[in-house]
Amino acid sequence: MVITRRVFLVLLLALAGGVAQAQDRYITVASTTSTEQSGLFGYILPIFQQKAGIQVRVVALGTGQALDLARRGDADVAFVHAKAAEEKFLAEGHGVKRFPVMYNDFVLIGPKGDPAKIAGGKDILDALKKIQAAQAPFVSRGDKSGTHMAELDLWKAAGIDLDKAKGPWYRDTGQGMGPALNTAASMNAYLLADRGTWLAFKNRGDLAILVEGDKRLFNQYGVMLVNPDKHPTVKKDLGQAFVDWLVSPEGQKAIADYKIGGEQLFFPNAGQAGA
Amino acid sequence: MTDGVDMRAPLSLLPLRLDEVEFGVGSRHIIRGISTTLEAGPRTVILGPNGAGKSVLLRLCHGLLEPTGGTITWNSPELQGGPRRQAMVFQRPVLLRRTVLGNVMYALKLAGVPRWQRKERAREALSKVGLDVQADHAARVLSGGEQQRLALARVWALRPEILFLDEPTASLDPGATHEIENVILALHAAGTKIVLVTHNLGQAHRLGDEILFLHQGQLVERAPADRFLKHPVSPEAASFLEGELPW
Amino acid sequence: MNTLTDATAQALRLVATADPNLTGIVLLSLRISLAAVVFGCLIGLPLGAAIAVNDFRGRRAVIVILNGLMGLPSVVVGLAVYLLLSRAGPLGVWGILFTPAAMVIAQTILITPTIAALSRQIVADAWQEYREQLRSLGETRLGAATTLLWDLRFTLVTIVLAGFGRAASEVGAVMIVGGNIDGVTRVMTTTIALETSKGDLPLALGLGFILLSIVLVLNAGAYVVKETAQRRYG
Repeated sequence: MVITRRVFLVLLLALAGGVAQAQDRYITVASTTSTEQSGLFGYILPIFQQKAGIQVRVVALGTGQALDLARRGDADVAFVHAKAAEEKFLAEGHGVKRFPVMYNDFVLIGPKGDPAKIAGGKDILDALKKIQAAQAPFVSRGDKSGTHMAELDLWKAAGIDLDKAKGPWYRDTGQGMGPALNTAASMNAYLLADRGTWLAFKNRGDLAILVEGDKRLFNQYGVMLVNPDKHPTVKKDLGQAFVDWLVSPEGQKAIADYKIGGEQLFFPNAGQAGA
Repeated sequence: MTDGVDMRAPLSLLPLRLDEVEFGVGSRHIIRGISTTLEAGPRTVILGPNGAGKSVLLRLCHGLLEPTGGTITWNSPELQGGPRRQAMVFQRPVLLRRTVLGNVMYALKLAGVPRWQRKERAREALSKVGLDVQADHAARVLSGGEQQRLALARVWALRPEILFLDEPTASLDPGATHEIENVILALHAAGTKIVLVTHNLGQAHRLGDEILFLHQGQLVERAPADRFLKHPVSPEAASFLEGELPW
Repeated sequence: MNTLTDATAQALRLVATADPNLTGIVLLSLRISLAAVVFGCLIGLPLGAAIAVNDFRGRRAVIVILNGLMGLPSVVVGLAVYLLLSRAGPLGVWGILFTPAAMVIAQTILITPTIAALSRQIVADAWQEYREQLRSLGETRLGAATTLLWDLRFTLVTIVLAGFGRAASEVGAVMIVGGNIDGVTRVMTTTIALETSKGDLPLALGLGFILLSIVLVLNAGAYVVKETAQRRYG
C-alpha cells in the first residue's frame, strides 16, 4: 500500500509538471483557419523561429473571432485578411499599425455539371448573377470570416439583395472553409473559396474551379501588433519582431517560396500603397 | 464504604437503565414503554415472536437508534469520539475487502490502539477464535461460520464491556453455531456482558442466564432462563414457547 | 469502402513508422486526459462519498444537480473556461489560456461531476450495507467515507475509466481553450477535427482508429488489473 501511494505521488508530479512547463519565448498570433489550412504557417514559421528564436503559436479561427480574440488581449499579433474589419480594429485602439503583407485570391468552385453555366468566365459578378437566377445551390461560410465578408461584398456589388433573394438554394452553414467545402462537395453546390484551402483540400468530389482571375477576387492580408497600451500583457518586442520579419525581404521571400504542387499560393506585397 | 472498589479504575458502563423507552416510525409503535435495567454479570437473552421489537430494542440500547420517548441511561456513558466500550455482532457479518487480519486491525485502529500494537493484538484475537491459519486470506471468501468468527475476533480484540448480538447464528449450520456459542461463552468468562437476541430456544437455554420476553413492543416477562423456559408465567410467553417447540 | 481501407492503411503506416508528429500528439493527449482524471478523482471521489454518507438539508437537490451535470456539453465548458482564463477575464493574470494547463482544467471540470455522481451512487448503496457495523465500531462519517472508497476500489475503477473515456474523446472544450496550436496544444481529437475540415477524411479516420485502439488497450489493462486484484480480495 505504501509503495503504490508513492508511485501515485510521483506520477501526479510528473503529469502536472510536464503539463505546466512552458517555453518563455513565444507569441500568440490570431489568424484564420484558411491561412492555417493552406499550410503556409507550417512552412514559414520554422524559418522565423530558426532566425529569431521565437516560437509562434497560431490560434486559427474565423476572421471575426480572431479579431475578437485580439480585442480581449488573448493574442499578441493579429494576421487576417479583411481590411475593413482590420481598420475598424485599429480605430478602436486595439492595434498599433496595419502592415499589408501578401495577397492570395478567391476562386469560385462549382460542380463540373455547372447548372448555372458559368465555367471559364472571367467576371465574378456575372457568375454570381447567373447562379442566383438559376437558383443553383450555393454554400456560404456564414461565419463572419474574411471569406464570408468578401462573399457578401461581391453579392452586393452584383446588385443582389441577399435578404430578398435568399432561398433554399443559398446554404448558410456557419462553418470554416474546410467543412464548407465538404458540404459543397456532398451537395454539388457552388461556393467561394480561397485558393490555398482549395489546393490543400482532398475531398473534392465532383467540384472544380469554374471562375478565377477577376481582380475583385483578390484577398489582401494585413498584420497588426495588438496595442500594448490597451493590453499590457502583450509581448510587444517579440510580437513586433514577427511583424517586422513578415514585411522584411526575408519574410516576403519565405512567403513567395511556399508552394503546393509547384503552384505559389500567396503573393507578397508589403509596402504596396493602398494595399 | 469504598471496600474493595478500586478508585482508579474507570466506572463501568453498566448497569444500563431503560425508562419508559418508546420507539415509533410514523404512526407505527414498535417499542411501547419498556422499563428495565441490564446489570453487569448475567448473560441476557431476548426472546419473542417476529415483530416483537427485539432487534429494534437491541439497536436502541447500542445507540444505533434514538428512542422517540423515554430515556436510556448508562452508568458511565462513553466519551464522544472515544474508543467504543460496546460492540455489536449482526446476523450477517459485515466485513471489509481486506484480509482476515486486516479486518481485525481496522477495528483496533478505530479503537485508538497504537499502530505498533495492532498486529499482535489482532493475531491474539484470531487465535482465540481459531482463525490463525486464515489470517492472510481474503475475509470475504471465508465460509459463513468463519466470517462470523471473524466478527467475534474483532470483538475479542476490543474487549468491550458489553456485546450485543442480533441472531448471530441464524444462518449457520449446527457445527458453526456450536463454535460461535463457545466463543460467546469465552467472551463472557473474560468479563464482557452478553445481550443476545435469538430464535433458537436451545441456544437460549444453552447461553442464557436470564430471559427478557418481548411481545408487541412490550417487556412482558423477565425471569431466570431455567424458570422461564420450563414455567413461563405470562400467557403470551406460554403460547410462544408452545409454538416454538418442534413437537 | 475505399475510405475505410484507405484509413486503415494510413493508420497502420503512421503507427509502423512511429511518425514523430503523431507520437507527440498521442503523448500530449494522454498526459492531458490522465491529469484530468487524476484531478477529477481527487475532487470527485471524496465529494461523492461525502454526499453519500452525510445527511444534510438540500441533499436531494444536490444529488439531482450533480447527476444533471454529467451531461454538461463540452463546448459550454470550453466557453466558460475560456471566458475565465482570457486576458480580459478574471483569471487572465494566470496567463494559461492556450496552454495544456487550460485543457486539463477544462477536462477536469467536464469529468468531475460524472466521477462524483457515480461514486456517490456506489458509496450510498454500500453505505446501506455497512452503516450499522461501521457505526457500531465507532467509525466517524469522514472515516466511513474513506473506508468505503477503498473498499469499493474495484467498482470505482470502472468509474475512473468512464471519466478517462470522456476526457480522451472530447474535442469541444480543448479546441476552445487550447486553440489547437500546432506542437503545443494539438491533441488527437483536435487533429482529427482539423484533418476532417481539411477534407483529408482517410487520415482523420485513421487517426480515429488509433485513438480508439489506445483507449481500448488502456481499458483492457485496467480490467485485467481489476480482475486479478478482485479475485484476491473478494
